[in-house]
Amino acid sequence: MAVTKKSLLVQRLRRTQLTDLLSKGTRLDGRKLLERRPLSIVISPIEKASGSARVKLGNTEVIAGVKIELGTPFPDSPDKGILIVNTEVLPLSSPYAEPGPPSEEAIEVARVVDRGIRESEMVDMSKLGLVKGKKVQAIFADVTVLNHDGNLLDAVSYAVTSALASAKIRRYKVTGEEVTATDEFVPLEVQTLPASITIARIGDVLIVDPNMEEEAMMDARITFTTDDRGNICAGQKGSAQPLSLDQIKFAASLAREQGNEIRDLIRGAIT
Amino acid sequence: MVRHEMTTLLNAEGLRIDGRKADELRSLKIEVGLIKNADGSAYIEMGKNKIMAAVYGPKEVHPKHLTLSERALLRCRYHMSAFSTDTRKNPAPSRREHEISKVLRDALLPAVIVEDYPRTAIDVYVEILQSDGGSRCAGLTAAAVALADAGIGMRDLVVGCAAGKINDQIVLDLNDTEDKEGSADLPVGLMPTLKEVTLLQLDGMLNAEEFQRAFDLAVEGCLKVYKVQRDALIKKYFGKEEVNQEVEQ
Repeated sequence: MAVTKKSLLVQRLRRTQLTDLLSKGTRLDGRKLLERRPLSIVISPIEKASGSARVKLGNTEVIAGVKIELGTPFPDSPDKGILIVNTEVLPLSSPYAEPGPPSEEAIEVARVVDRGIRESEMVDMSKLGLVKGKKVQAIFADVTVLNHDGNLLDAVSYAVTSALASAKIRRYKVTGEEVTATDEFVPLEVQTLPASITIARIGDVLIVDPNMEEEAMMDARITFTTDDRGNICAGQKGSAQPLSLDQIKFAASLAREQGNEIRDLIRGAIT
Repeated sequence: MVRHEMTTLLNAEGLRIDGRKADELRSLKIEVGLIKNADGSAYIEMGKNKIMAAVYGPKEVHPKHLTLSERALLRCRYHMSAFSTDTRKNPAPSRREHEISKVLRDALLPAVIVEDYPRTAIDVYVEILQSDGGSRCAGLTAAAVALADAGIGMRDLVVGCAAGKINDQIVLDLNDTEDKEGSADLPVGLMPTLKEVTLLQLDGMLNAEEFQRAFDLAVEGCLKVYKVQRDALIKKYFGKEEVNQEVEQ
């Protein structure tokens, strides 16, 4: 959309309205400051995927599909499997998204979610090695964004975690260096359920799960991914303004607390 | 792709691998308006195809030099999600996706009253979330519904359905296996009220008589899909279903 003097004025008025509301402890959509949007998770909408989940966080909607295929290991970890998270913000998902190679935003989202999955050791990658240095199982978690209404990071995190936790993996028979596929599929073993919580700062106020409009007006953003045991396994500060030390500490403890609520919702969906 | 024995596609009773008769459509479901950000959208399930279509526009043309002074610029993008196929698909658009984007645009263009929207762009996005053969036809059907949902002036809806040949028999609406292992696939796009064809492709060999039968069958299939398409719009805008959502066989 074209930026005009008029649209800038509207933005400024909207920001005044938002900061007014925030000082009273509420938001444009009526949420409290630390309240997330409703989360719904549908497991296995894509039968052709090894695991999949369709996640709605308010009006933000994404589908994650997991494919597990044979691959070649990275040279620095010859006996470990591969995990790649990829996010596509489709032009279908918002008037601002354009066709073409993944945007900076999409790459950041995928990489932060990837770190959360990897560092939490959700999947034991050493169990995915087949022939050292030659053949491993490779997990591709691809996420398609259907409707972008802010906080993609958390929506993608919940979708990938749910899809992996409900994925089935093929058993392989290894004799020497020969790998043969069997027709046996077993649930992919997961050791924890990582979930991210994103907090935005607008003025001096911190809010959880910013929607598109709040993201457009936020000064700073911080995301923490936590695991079952309350460890923090990934973090990412975003936007061009700073956060105070206290705000960072507050965000970390809030992410641990709300991460548990998310894990309960994911557990409920996959069982 | 491994070519199996041709005889496996039809059993002794003439039923297909998914139990359908030769002239039977797969299960079909259309929902209107699921993408909140879009001006119009539609979701279709046809067999195992799961496809989302969304329309943005009429809007300002970007880049500006593409602006047409006498009509709207209609653009179309057909894209498959990485998880939509049996083995992972590279998310970068392939030659096939570029070609289908073009034929879908050409299939929609005759129906859209583009001269009513000069100097604007109308973008149509078709995303294949799961593919099961005939995704361009199902995508076309969904795209037309999304255009209607966006309130864009149209001469008619457009509906897609394929016919083809498996085991020397002409059948309607090929699924993935039949598409890959059968001997011909004939996707047809039709403006159902005006009875005009806006898409036709043929991949495979048919003799003159077979072509005639396959084409007639595809058109018949289009008209069945049209009923469901129209009902989905009536349900969204008038809150009722005129005839049952299920396609009566």
